[in-house]
Amino acid sequence: MSAPLLRSGRQYVAAVRAMVLATVALGLLYPLLMTGVAQVIAPDRADGSIVSVDGAPVGSSLIGQSFTDAAGNPLPRYFQSRPSAADYDGTASGGSNLGPNSPELVAAVTERRAAVAAFNGVPESDVPADAVTASASGLDPDISPEYAAIQVQRVASERGVPAAEVQRLVADATDGRDAGFIGAPTVNVLELNLALDRELGAG
Amino acid sequence: MSATTAGWLQFALLVVALVAVYRPLGDWMARVFTSPAHWRAERLVYRAVGVDADAEQRWPVYLRSVLALSAVGVLLLYGLQRLQSLLPLDNGMAAVEPGSAWNTAVSFVTNTNWQGYVGESTMGNLVQMAGLAVQNFLSAAVGIAVAIALVRGFARVGTDRLGNAWVDVTRAVVRLLLPLAVVTTVVFVLAGIVQTLKAGTDVSTLAGGSQYLPTGPVASQEAIKEIGTNGGGFYNANSAHPFEDPSAWISLLQVFLMLMIPFSLPRTFGRMVGNTKQGLAIVGVMASLYAIGVGLLTLFQARAGGAATALAGAATEGQEVRFGGPLSALFGASTTLTSTGSVNSLHDSYTPLGGAVTLFNMMLGEVAPGGVGSGLYGMLMLAVIAVFVAGLMVGRTPEYLGKKLGRREMTLASLYILTTPAIVLVGTAVAIGTSAGRAGMLNDGPHGLSEVLYAFTSAGNNNGSAFAGLSANTDFYNIALGLAMAFGRFLPIVLVLALAGRLAQQGRTPVTAGTFPTHRPLFAGLLTAVVLVVVGLTYFPVLALGPFAEGLS
Repeated sequence: MSAPLLRSGRQYVAAVRAMVLATVALGLLYPLLMTGVAQVIAPDRADGSIVSVDGAPVGSSLIGQSFTDAAGNPLPRYFQSRPSAADYDGTASGGSNLGPNSPELVAAVTERRAAVAAFNGVPESDVPADAVTASASGLDPDISPEYAAIQVQRVASERGVPAAEVQRLVADATDGRDAGFIGAPTVNVLELNLALDRELGAG
Repeated sequence: MSATTAGWLQFALLVVALVAVYRPLGDWMARVFTSPAHWRAERLVYRAVGVDADAEQRWPVYLRSVLALSAVGVLLLYGLQRLQSLLPLDNGMAAVEPGSAWNTAVSFVTNTNWQGYVGESTMGNLVQMAGLAVQNFLSAAVGIAVAIALVRGFARVGTDRLGNAWVDVTRAVVRLLLPLAVVTTVVFVLAGIVQTLKAGTDVSTLAGGSQYLPTGPVASQEAIKEIGTNGGGFYNANSAHPFEDPSAWISLLQVFLMLMIPFSLPRTFGRMVGNTKQGLAIVGVMASLYAIGVGLLTLFQARAGGAATALAGAATEGQEVRFGGPLSALFGASTTLTSTGSVNSLHDSYTPLGGAVTLFNMMLGEVAPGGVGSGLYGMLMLAVIAVFVAGLMVGRTPEYLGKKLGRREMTLASLYILTTPAIVLVGTAVAIGTSAGRAGMLNDGPHGLSEVLYAFTSAGNNNGSAFAGLSANTDFYNIALGLAMAFGRFLPIVLVLALAGRLAQQGRTPVTAGTFPTHRPLFAGLLTAVVLVVVGLTYFPVLALGPFAEGLS
């Protein structure tokens, strides 16, 4: 064995011992203790903010889901989430990663804009950016208030209720910026759709 | 309130918070690494590890300790991933492929946290906790220890001892990183970040479909991920994933956490060399470059450049609604200017000039403010270059903090600034020159080049963020980027510690009328110019071929 390696020998013995110790203390004790604390102070949030209806879990208030039928067509009685590169698959979070000049992205935006405008019966110029672009996580739980606004009329007529009723529920599900200036205003789509079903009947 | 106003208010709040912690945190870190007293818990660690905590090390021994710890870390992490299916808490995940396991092991040990894999469907909870998160602590502690050793080189006179690496790493964890991580985890959990041993929840969606939501001990890992400027997410989408980053204020807090230690270490430096103004000059340079980076990225992102972006009306592709444009840009600039590499929006889909800013930020060498420890030692190496340049202008032997910078010192500093660009450019050239390298690009043309360049820049600078369209989970990229990360981390550390050893042995040249003052704005301006010119120009040709070509077309 070469001299530098021999000289390092003692350091390697210490390194192995240190790594075992670190693995136990930082890799097991720390996360397990923190899990214990979390399960005491905020068990629901620590388990994923799961939302249940009649005892059955229907989603997480933090995670977006798609409101489409089995064939992938948007259900008109529900507010629609943003496009998702992950198709709202919880095990494959991520975005499209398409570049700003990508022809594929240009085509996708064009197609989505036309589809969203037609679906909601609004001019294409009213369709906001978040309605035609995929999120970073593929699980964005929110849409912008602008995207919610163009969906109100369609949901109201589909459910046969006055638009003002739906408008009120949208307002309830809308959050401003955190502390008035952090982030951006949001409408939580799952919470909004749950409120629709709860207050206006499952449609 | 307009989005722009809100954006600048967010930035202002962040600056106020960073200014508020600069002194107390910087002073605390100085005490941590200068106090002669060991805590009881630390004595237990030293006994278990079998080191004499009061025996100081010469620089080669200090280096060997750091390298030994890192090498053992790589081996253990590799083994844990390969054997995961045989171990408990594997959540049904299969053994990780050899190429990916090597890449990930190096990635986390080097504080890069480049992730070629999809976390939620590759790594079980045991690997996440006992493998990845452990290295999040240790790699951060190693970075801090090396920076402290370099500072001791400047602070000490006529000694060949730089301190004890085992003590420095232990104290960085016990007195700094772990307490901060515990407090942060509690805040994160209250804000909705998951922290559970449950593998996940099956839900039946309103529309009648099903969705599986993987969970795990995320908050405890998320805390050290940001505090230690690691950046490796539990989930593939990193801090864009709502379980890692559920709300805008948490995202802003994460930005603060990744900047807190790197921006406060100059104070520690000032304290330890006995003149806090020296620290102010360094932090001033870091802060100006940081402010420029944030400002440019925010402006470029708001202008919706690029055909697809312009068509959509805003740069919302790869962006979460709750964060919005300004906070996404603030996060993107902060993660590329520190060595964090976590993301709350996808850089690959940034506007052409916005993407160029994130690239350029990393190319500065992660010094504004850089990673924990690595930012400070990187900036001090550049300060040595700046003093040398000033010395050339007036024809005097350059001195920094009373240490003469002779031929050997300058050789080490010069090699330092050449190492990373060499790794980045050679790596990119090899990738572009081979079909295996070209096969990974998602986008065509200049943007494809940017994807490859970004990958090697990120790996060589130990950042870890990505233009994630690149298919990097291939043998070629796993091996090549793994090598780039290893060389990009440890070659500079060798040079830094060698320089520290030489500096500590010197006496101290008394200050005279002819000494170039290194705590004044003139020096800060010179250092800023050196960072921009020396480092920036190295990359200009390749930037012109990639993002600039795309932005101007």
